[in-house]
Amino acid sequence: MGNSCSIANSLLSEVEKGKQVQVVKVTGQDGLKRRVLDMGIVPGTLLTVQRKAPLNDPVSVWFRGYELSLRKSEAESVVVKPVGSSACSSCKARCF
Amino acid sequence: MAGVIALTGNPNTGKTTLFNALTGSTQKIGNWPGVTVERKEGRLKYDMEDIQVVDLPGIYSLGVSSVDEQIAAEFLLNEKPGLTVVVADASNIERSLYLVVQLLEMGQNAVVALNMNDLATSKGITIDIQSLENLLGVPVISTVAKSKKGIEDLKARVIETLGTSKRKDLLVPYGDRVQPFLKKIEGSLPEDELANYGLTPSLAAIKIAERDPIVWNIIKDSDVYNRISKIVEEADLHLEKELGYDLQTAIIERRWGYIAGLTAEVVNRDLNIKQRLTISDRIDTVVTHRLLGLPLFLAVTWLIFKLTYLLGDPASDWLDSLAGKLGDFAGAAMASAGLPSIFSSFVVNGVIGGVGSVLVFFPYIFLLFAFIAVLEDSGYMSRGAFVMDRIMHFLGLHGKSFIPMLVGFGCNVPAIMGTRILERPRDRMITMMVLPFMSCSARLPVFVLFSAAFFPGHASTVLFSMYAIGIATAVVSAKVLGSTIFKGESSQLVMELPPYHFPTLRGVLKEAWNRGSLFLKKAGTFIFLAVILVWILGNLPMGVEYASRESLIGRIGSIIAPLFAPAGFGFWEAGVALFFGFIAKEIVVGSFGTIFGVGEAGIETVLPTLFTPLSAYAFMIMTLLYVPCVAVIAAVKRETNSWKWPLFMVLYTTATAWLLSVAVYQIGSLMGL
Repeated sequence: MGNSCSIANSLLSEVEKGKQVQVVKVTGQDGLKRRVLDMGIVPGTLLTVQRKAPLNDPVSVWFRGYELSLRKSEAESVVVKPVGSSACSSCKARCF
Repeated sequence: MAGVIALTGNPNTGKTTLFNALTGSTQKIGNWPGVTVERKEGRLKYDMEDIQVVDLPGIYSLGVSSVDEQIAAEFLLNEKPGLTVVVADASNIERSLYLVVQLLEMGQNAVVALNMNDLATSKGITIDIQSLENLLGVPVISTVAKSKKGIEDLKARVIETLGTSKRKDLLVPYGDRVQPFLKKIEGSLPEDELANYGLTPSLAAIKIAERDPIVWNIIKDSDVYNRISKIVEEADLHLEKELGYDLQTAIIERRWGYIAGLTAEVVNRDLNIKQRLTISDRIDTVVTHRLLGLPLFLAVTWLIFKLTYLLGDPASDWLDSLAGKLGDFAGAAMASAGLPSIFSSFVVNGVIGGVGSVLVFFPYIFLLFAFIAVLEDSGYMSRGAFVMDRIMHFLGLHGKSFIPMLVGFGCNVPAIMGTRILERPRDRMITMMVLPFMSCSARLPVFVLFSAAFFPGHASTVLFSMYAIGIATAVVSAKVLGSTIFKGESSQLVMELPPYHFPTLRGVLKEAWNRGSLFLKKAGTFIFLAVILVWILGNLPMGVEYASRESLIGRIGSIIAPLFAPAGFGFWEAGVALFFGFIAKEIVVGSFGTIFGVGEAGIETVLPTLFTPLSAYAFMIMTLLYVPCVAVIAAVKRETNSWKWPLFMVLYTTATAWLLSVAVYQIGSLMGL
């Protein structure tokens, strides 16, 4: 299933303003990865890209009832896919 | 430490207000050992009880991915408080519960203060407190810290719970895929070693799985280390194939899954009320606008800068003249009493002058922190950081660095204290270390006088070049420090953009007063002593003319003068002037008047007997960049809680200043200037 998910995967930093996406995976170095996960960006979470600063950096995302900003380089550690992409039913089952 | 209770919670949840409400006026502010993070404690009084409350830093998690989190996690593990009060934001319950669940997993005795319930209600969110209590197994009390609602109830429940025996640990269901690995890790752990830290094997296994650095550190030297690393590696491989991510992710994902379930069970959302704060949203459309956002933030910062000095100057001048009048009065009194003039000079210029030179900073610090408190409490600070971060990060700094850097153009002292708004040590230290290169207003009279004396017709260009050199040096220094001393430490933005709040006048004034009085207490003594020391150096040995070549300071000037020969001003007068500049940079100018006995007015005519235009320019660069004044050093000492950083700053700035002024003089000489 890992493979079927990855077809339409992109990085959070590339997502257009206003679009909603679903988290597939969080990568990146230890401290940053842990921080991002702890803030509630985990596989299955639905994120809406809320704002982009000039030069598209930083970006802000809306999820779990609050808004979080990330540098573009930090958003690159979040792998996402379009919401409701049929390829990955088991990912969907874990979101709420 | 059964008698101690800890207070923790997410930032922006009213934790500080709640701490104030719980402890009243009994607060003490200090530092956590070894770090720059502030430690606040106070006493909770209720009935006959009197209990110590330690305010832990505002955190989102115990994941140890920041210094704040490390402090909180280590305090809970090592000091074992009898109870922890966790502040949860009722209007943002899901995110707040993450920290609550982590604490309960740790077996902490806890009480949850469900704060800002009024805001939740207005957002159409109702929380079933009774069922939340049942699910978590600890008391949950609804509070509105701002209006002190629920505080007495909270105190009562805290006292009541503090006496009860330990409750059962909360068990998060980690699921069939993860659980077997947790069991495996648990089976391999050294029980005795962990028991010293109050960690049960099952909790330690979870912490190992989520890569908690503290627990990994405990087992680092144990012989089970390799076995456990293997199990984790195996779990990572297995889960990566099954789920597409590693063990750490799986643990945290499951914990959030559990919290989402809890939230769904206790929260009732009125779907008729739009959940998103539409007002906040509308404000944000403007303040984070691609084109408007940046100029707006610059305007707001400029306004703060203007107001701080516009309102601060008269107050500071008033304090200064008050000290002057007191000095005159004391001087006259001592003269009529027939005391020797050296004694009255000591009292007037040393002691009273010293007190005056501390007091004059108070208005600026008070005002700046009042404005910073408004920005932070309202939520605008993080929007400012959001729009500024791209530029500032490019310069090796952080979005929030901009405010202290700008304030530095007025006075470096409040600016150094303002670096407190930066959470990450790296961001904070770099900003602090390069701040003195921002040309403060005390340096302006030096530049004005020198450029008028040596560069008539081009004075404003020369003046502008000073500011430009200062900024350029700061930017280059930030890059250099970031890639050397602070290399490897990460700078992070990951930052909440909280909904806007109206700051309370009380909270703002309290913060401003705290900062101002802390400065007087902690930095004041040091500045005072330095002023006295310089008085002694200028007046001793007995009988010398003040600041003459024969005085101690004159001799020091003569000794250090050769060092400045390569920069073109290797004479003792310059040495003395620079030495005096350590007290406050504007004194550099006046001291030339003192040395020649010509007063302020005659300085412009005596300077050309010492300097050429080129050496004058080199001297200006020296004045711009060398050791910030004693008050800045005292502020850095107070903020970093160590001597290491102020010393480093003295050496770094002076070395930079010397190199640049020598380079300018030497290159200029070669070009025949």
